[in-house]
Amino acid sequence: MNALLRVDDLKVHFRVHDGTLKAVDGVSFTINPGATVALVGESGSGKSVCSQAIMGLLPKAARIVGGSILFQDPRTNRTAPIDIAKLRRDGPEMRAIRGGGISIIFQEPMTSLSALHTVGDQIGEAVQLHGSRLSDMHSIGEQIGDGLRTPAGKKLDRKQALEVTEQMLRMVGFPDPKRALRTFPFELSGGLRQRAMIAMALVCRPALLIADEPTTALDVTIQAQILKLMKDLQAELGMAMLMITHDLGVVANVAEEVVVMYRGRVVESGGIDDIFRNAEHPYLKALLNAVPRFGMPDDERLVPIREIKPATGHLLAEKKPVAHASGYDPAAPVLSVRHLHKTYAIKKADTLFEALWGIGRTRTVHAVNDVSFDVRRGECLGLVGESGCGKTTLSKILMRAITADQAMSDQGGGVVYDDWGRKIDVLALRNHELIEFRRKLQFIFQDPFSSLNPRMTVFDIISEPLVIHDVGDAAHRREMVGELMELVGLDRRHLSRYPHSFSGGQRQRLGIARALALRPDMVICDEPVSALDVSIQAQILNLLRDLQDRLGLTYLFISHNLAVVDYIADRIAVMCAGRLVELAPGKELFRNPVHPYTQALVSAVPEPDPSKKLDLTALMEGKASIPAEWPVPFRDSGSEPLDWLDLGNDHFVRATAALTGRTTEKAA
Amino acid sequence: MTAMDEARQAAGAVATPPPAPPPAHVVSKEPWDPYVAEKLTAEQERFYMAGQWKLMWWRLRRHKPAVICGGFLLFMYLVTLVSEIIAPYDQHTRHIRHIFAPPQGIHLFHEGSFVGPFTYGYKMERDPDTLQRIYTEDKSTTHPVRFFCLGESYEFWGLIEGRFHLACPSEGGTLFLLGTDRLGRDMFSRIVYAARISLTVGLFGISLSFVLGLVIGGIAGYYGGWIDNIIQRAIEIIKSFPHLPLWLALSAALPVTWSPLLVYFGITIILALLDWPGLARAVRSKLLSLREEDFATAAALMGASPQRIIGRHLIPSFMSHLIASATLSIPSMILAETALSFLGLGLRPPITSWGVLLNEATDINVVAVNWWLMLPVVPVILVILSFQFFGDGLRDAADPYH
Repeated sequence: MNALLRVDDLKVHFRVHDGTLKAVDGVSFTINPGATVALVGESGSGKSVCSQAIMGLLPKAARIVGGSILFQDPRTNRTAPIDIAKLRRDGPEMRAIRGGGISIIFQEPMTSLSALHTVGDQIGEAVQLHGSRLSDMHSIGEQIGDGLRTPAGKKLDRKQALEVTEQMLRMVGFPDPKRALRTFPFELSGGLRQRAMIAMALVCRPALLIADEPTTALDVTIQAQILKLMKDLQAELGMAMLMITHDLGVVANVAEEVVVMYRGRVVESGGIDDIFRNAEHPYLKALLNAVPRFGMPDDERLVPIREIKPATGHLLAEKKPVAHASGYDPAAPVLSVRHLHKTYAIKKADTLFEALWGIGRTRTVHAVNDVSFDVRRGECLGLVGESGCGKTTLSKILMRAITADQAMSDQGGGVVYDDWGRKIDVLALRNHELIEFRRKLQFIFQDPFSSLNPRMTVFDIISEPLVIHDVGDAAHRREMVGELMELVGLDRRHLSRYPHSFSGGQRQRLGIARALALRPDMVICDEPVSALDVSIQAQILNLLRDLQDRLGLTYLFISHNLAVVDYIADRIAVMCAGRLVELAPGKELFRNPVHPYTQALVSAVPEPDPSKKLDLTALMEGKASIPAEWPVPFRDSGSEPLDWLDLGNDHFVRATAALTGRTTEKAA
Repeated sequence: MTAMDEARQAAGAVATPPPAPPPAHVVSKEPWDPYVAEKLTAEQERFYMAGQWKLMWWRLRRHKPAVICGGFLLFMYLVTLVSEIIAPYDQHTRHIRHIFAPPQGIHLFHEGSFVGPFTYGYKMERDPDTLQRIYTEDKSTTHPVRFFCLGESYEFWGLIEGRFHLACPSEGGTLFLLGTDRLGRDMFSRIVYAARISLTVGLFGISLSFVLGLVIGGIAGYYGGWIDNIIQRAIEIIKSFPHLPLWLALSAALPVTWSPLLVYFGITIILALLDWPGLARAVRSKLLSLREEDFATAAALMGASPQRIIGRHLIPSFMSHLIASATLSIPSMILAETALSFLGLGLRPPITSWGVLLNEATDINVVAVNWWLMLPVVPVILVILSFQFFGDGLRDAADPYH
């Protein structure tokens, strides 16, 4: 058997303003027909450049300076493979391979489909473009009825193309493929868009599918479905797959062979068992140690590739001296949230006329729906949920960046912050009271790039909160900022630099230093590691843990990544469609998830261990995140009100009272 | 791939049908340093210490046309500072004996021998039928051009009396590099003096419209809501006026009794009043998008006041964009002034601008015979083009962090 694709000593260089960047520096690997190879690496490792080189999609500044990419499509009669590295990027041979022989799925399903064409037209285009080829005719012809079959070598007409497209959409799991042909991408959810993208890539039956981070932008439950779909389709169509990803959990679930890249070179490659069980290269070992896994012992630390040691100076004395107010109760929660609501009215206009006149149906979206919880002093409360579940809205309400609905005050709802005995009604704060309150509660942003003003020096950025709150004189501020830099493991000599000189992880540390400048008691972290590489993620998580210990901080840690939350949080609250559905200590939640949504979430996280593959039956076919699809004690059936049930062991779940009997049975 | 390679590949494939081998476990033996990513070169160090304006300058410097055009513009503005010295004559001096004289060539060699830069005198005859003046070079005498010399007296910026020029005609000779007009005034000197007016109209006008745009756009973008709505609609109304008739009407309304200087300022104000909407829109949209940036939210969550957020975060972030778009709208001001003056409704003599000079070229018959009257078009085109290229380069460099 000949190799389908043989990349040999590939070298791709980029012209950059100060010389050349060796993005890919002598990479070799082989993909056999029907095999699944994963190309793994962190950002900047050159894995995506490899895929671009294979597809002939390299940007203008890039040049293949050496090596070969030999592609041999087993369905053509050619005996000799084609060297893609030597083809012109937009020549006819390259175009025939692209989409016909090799196709690609991109990371971002939101932008890789054209907003102006229907799904049917976009997928049909590929069929019409490649449908005239003999080999394709064979496979495509099988999909359409005998009456429609066209003689080989003739292009399919639009009707036939749509027929094929419909077949393909059914195959990738569109519930109503006929209707889907006429929908526009913006009418589809992220998961369905990625399915449409897969349909487009596979409709011409490529011999090789390149999947460039196909699930990174998706929620975990959707990710699991897409991975399953790709595996099924691969078996059905007999194609090979090159999976490009940074997620070792995904790799362990789908790949047979793994190629690990680091800074443009292959550091280790081999079968999946070799890679996960007998890792030899220090980089790969470090990478495997840096991924948080479920059920890690509490005292086990992740091992980041580059560890940082926070250092506290005399201004950041380990524990802040506080004046307790008379009513101080150490057991009282720092932050107590009751019956929080936030609704958005969305005006939906179906026609241009309605849009112009501002009429049309108004739909109410309940972004935060009757949410209540406590954050205890000194703990880290994790808040988990998928995109759009309302977790960021919730955090912004707590930070007073968004105003909560008025209705909740009728139910006795509100947000109370306990400042060492002094109760603060957060939602009622006005003007200078609010500014004063900012010193107690601070915020760490998700995106380390947009959250730092690129036009200010690091010193100005970190000292800004001190300037705003008029803390100390210039000398005090300079000393404080220096100590803050050391606290997050950065060099205080770098204070006169600008943010653009720091990597993502370093910038996130600057954001942490800024949040801590006012010495807050509590910090809300909104997905602080989701934009970072695995090894940096471990570094930041460890830093946050250490800072919590040293400075006695309380965290509300928001994330979509269950494993990350499990690593850092003491208790975990699960949020879905604007509501809290379950809250329990981390161990308890993973040992005994009660709510169907939590169960789906727990089972959908791919673990970096080939022996623990995903159990896809628990996913409820993607319906786990739709409240109306939950089984009875969890669904709002109207007969019995849903309540916040105490299951013992600090474990709460939102269900009807009927549940309590059942869980005790289960436990027994 | 060569045919030979292909053949070899094919032969190899046939000779040994390779079975699918189990994937080999390969480990790179190269030394591995996890900290290599954090090491910096001196070049990177320099780059990292650079602020916004320095980064912009570095990027602008790589844009060659912008650098050349920027240099040209700088040169032109320097010339306007010392117009009196550059021009060999005063702009109003009449040479009755040289009316409609054609451009005088500069020669280096006289009768085969090197003399240095000199001009020949004119010989003027009249066409007996049309009574047209016909000038020919009188090759009998040479008039060497003098450099760094004392010539016609002038008042430098209307203040200091002086006679020093960069170049003057020889005693008794003439130096009409670009010919003379119907009153026998030196075109070159007039173009040099006119640059002072034409180039500054754009600058004054743009600074006025810059302030208007910043304030009005800033109000619209920051407050939003109905204030934004009213300002937006007002901008649309202003933009929907046909510009030329409005300019004409406004400048016709300037009192005839005003001194030329007042008229000059009146014209700049009129130009600015119609130019600010574009800038105001740019400011508003930038404000709206920047307000959503995380760093603006971060400042708000720290407790920063709106004034501080605008002053410390928003304005510095869009100032560079604004300067670039302002640069791109200077040419339209210069052109507008030129058009108004060409039509006789802008600046009026004795103030000289390129438009006023071109006003002399309205009669096609005169231009057909005395083509050099059209020459003020050349600096207009060069300056407009330079502003466009320079503005383009600035705009590309305006956001060094994209």
